[in-house]
Amino acid sequence: MSKAAAIDIASVTKVYGSTTAVHAISLKIPAGSYCCLLGPSGCGKSTTLRMIAGHESISDGDVRLGNQVVTDLPPARRGTSMMFQSYALFPHLDVTDNVAFSLKMKGVGKQERRRRALDMLELVHMEPYAARRPAQLSGGQQQRVALARALITDPQALLLDEPLSALDPFLKVKMRAELKRLQASLGITFVHVTHSQEEAMALADLIVVMNAGRIEQAAAPRRVFEQPANAFVARFMGDHNVITGRLSSRDERGVTIAPAGGRLFSADGTPPDADEAIDIAVRTDRVRIGPASAPGLGFTGVVQNIEYRGSSVKLTVAGAGVDDFTAIVSDADFFAAPVKVGDAAPLAWNREDAIVLGRLAS
Amino acid sequence: MTAAANPPALPMSEPDGTLPARRLARFGRSAAAYLQAAPLALILGAFLLAPLAMIVAVSFWDYDFARLYPDFVLTNYIETLGSAVTWRTYLNTFKYAVIVWVLTLVIGFWVAYFLAFHVRSQTMQMVLFLVCTVPFLTSNIIRMISWIPVLGRNGLVNTALVDLGIVPAPVEWLLYSDFAVVLAMVHLYTLFMVTPIFNTLMRIDRALVEAARDAGASSLQVLTNVILPLAKPGMAIGTIFVVTLVMADFITVQVMSGGQSASVALMMRNQMSLLQYPAAAANAVVLLAIVLLLVAAILRVVDIRKEL
Repeated sequence: MSKAAAIDIASVTKVYGSTTAVHAISLKIPAGSYCCLLGPSGCGKSTTLRMIAGHESISDGDVRLGNQVVTDLPPARRGTSMMFQSYALFPHLDVTDNVAFSLKMKGVGKQERRRRALDMLELVHMEPYAARRPAQLSGGQQQRVALARALITDPQALLLDEPLSALDPFLKVKMRAELKRLQASLGITFVHVTHSQEEAMALADLIVVMNAGRIEQAAAPRRVFEQPANAFVARFMGDHNVITGRLSSRDERGVTIAPAGGRLFSADGTPPDADEAIDIAVRTDRVRIGPASAPGLGFTGVVQNIEYRGSSVKLTVAGAGVDDFTAIVSDADFFAAPVKVGDAAPLAWNREDAIVLGRLAS
Repeated sequence: MTAAANPPALPMSEPDGTLPARRLARFGRSAAAYLQAAPLALILGAFLLAPLAMIVAVSFWDYDFARLYPDFVLTNYIETLGSAVTWRTYLNTFKYAVIVWVLTLVIGFWVAYFLAFHVRSQTMQMVLFLVCTVPFLTSNIIRMISWIPVLGRNGLVNTALVDLGIVPAPVEWLLYSDFAVVLAMVHLYTLFMVTPIFNTLMRIDRALVEAARDAGASSLQVLTNVILPLAKPGMAIGTIFVVTLVMADFITVQVMSGGQSASVALMMRNQMSLLQYPAAAANAVVLLAIVLLLVAAILRVVDIRKEL
């Protein structure tokens, strides 16, 4: 298929009237990678995608696709193709004509474009439905058709705007695997907007976490998970407890902070600025019920809520100065020494599972 | 699960107490449904179906210059369909219908397209749409008659043309002509085309336009490949409005043609003023059949169910 292109976003800004939706973001998406733009709604991820696609004008900055600056090109001449959130299939055309639409616009003959559309439908296993209208298809089938329609233009990059959000959870997981497989076999760059951490973790080579029009962190999923750049990323990804406090002392491995409430917590790493409040993050799945092995690596709090999740149990614990501390313990550990809501439970973790977070951009 | 917690088990445990009560409740519910449907059914029955039945009945009656004779004769239909005047009048009415339909469709679509796709703010859309309806604040007749001082021999247009030296003498065909009839009809009926088309266009998902652009469609291609096909139901509804209105029009034809042109409805009115009610009724039944056939043909071509 076509050659994949790298996408280079250079201090791109989007201003709507007096509000700035995207604040001079810069991002390099390597050719042939699967990139997920991740963030809460209204964080500017869709706007960013639409600026790459050319459906939104760029207020300032440049977008480069491969070696070409595409900032002022119309969508169809950028070498990108977009898959819309609601799929935007043409309701008056059958599946084949939907897929063949861009070929028709180019003036390709009817026989030729139908043949190529059928080839593309075969790729997404939709050729038995070629004669149906979009309204006669299920959500998952519509999505495959939309995918085929986007891919028939032979794009260098495929842009997907929340492609899985309209599907039920089971189908979501299935289509997710198919997107990944398709990306691997086509080898083109995929940029996928989502608000689901799970989806981004499962798919991406590069996760770009966005918040309020800025990029908080752009890194491989494992790095985003293990070393969130700052408190926003840590909270948004949901796998860390964030504790904020003033610097109390330093040692060779890191720092000890003193949050309000009189406790001390230690963490590995160097704080960006020792004068300011320091955020540390504790992995939720590494917290255990039991006494701390060393001071600063645990606390005792009151259990607020217990959620049984099968292989694990999620505890929400509050102690002085620390609200909503989440601990995910294995079911075996939990039922070996169960606690109830309202009990005081000692929680502990190892030193390497608490890390110092960077400052929030802004 | 226990039997008491299982609702279907209840009637079996108390067979004599609950069953009649349930039947009563069910009857009450269906009676309520009939009551809810009654007002519209009564109105349609009393003001549409009954008069229609009367007209069909009268169309088979006999008549002379002074009286009607309840009867079952086919003379009225034979006279109506056998007369060359009827055919010419129908042809003339069709001519008006086609010309007015084409003009209102083109104008109506562009107005609706402008309102739906080029006016960005919703407030402005509503304001401009209300502006379109302003002419309807006056009566049909007044709107039509107000053309006379504009188009007349010494009217605004002719005075301007003569004063500017564009024509040496006043243009005669401006008023009391087919031109005047068509102009007045387009003026009166375009809004009936704008409204349904605007409604359809507003429902088109804007993402479809973006998807078409993403696929490389030019503005013209977006219009012909996406917007026009999706606007068809609105166009069909507007067409039904305009065609039925033009087919039934007599006052515009009479006033604007100065009595020189005829339409089917005008022919009926003349028959009624001569007390030839059965002839007029037969004519009305024929016109009704033709209009219903036209509507059926439109509905066959375009599926408007989505719009209802």
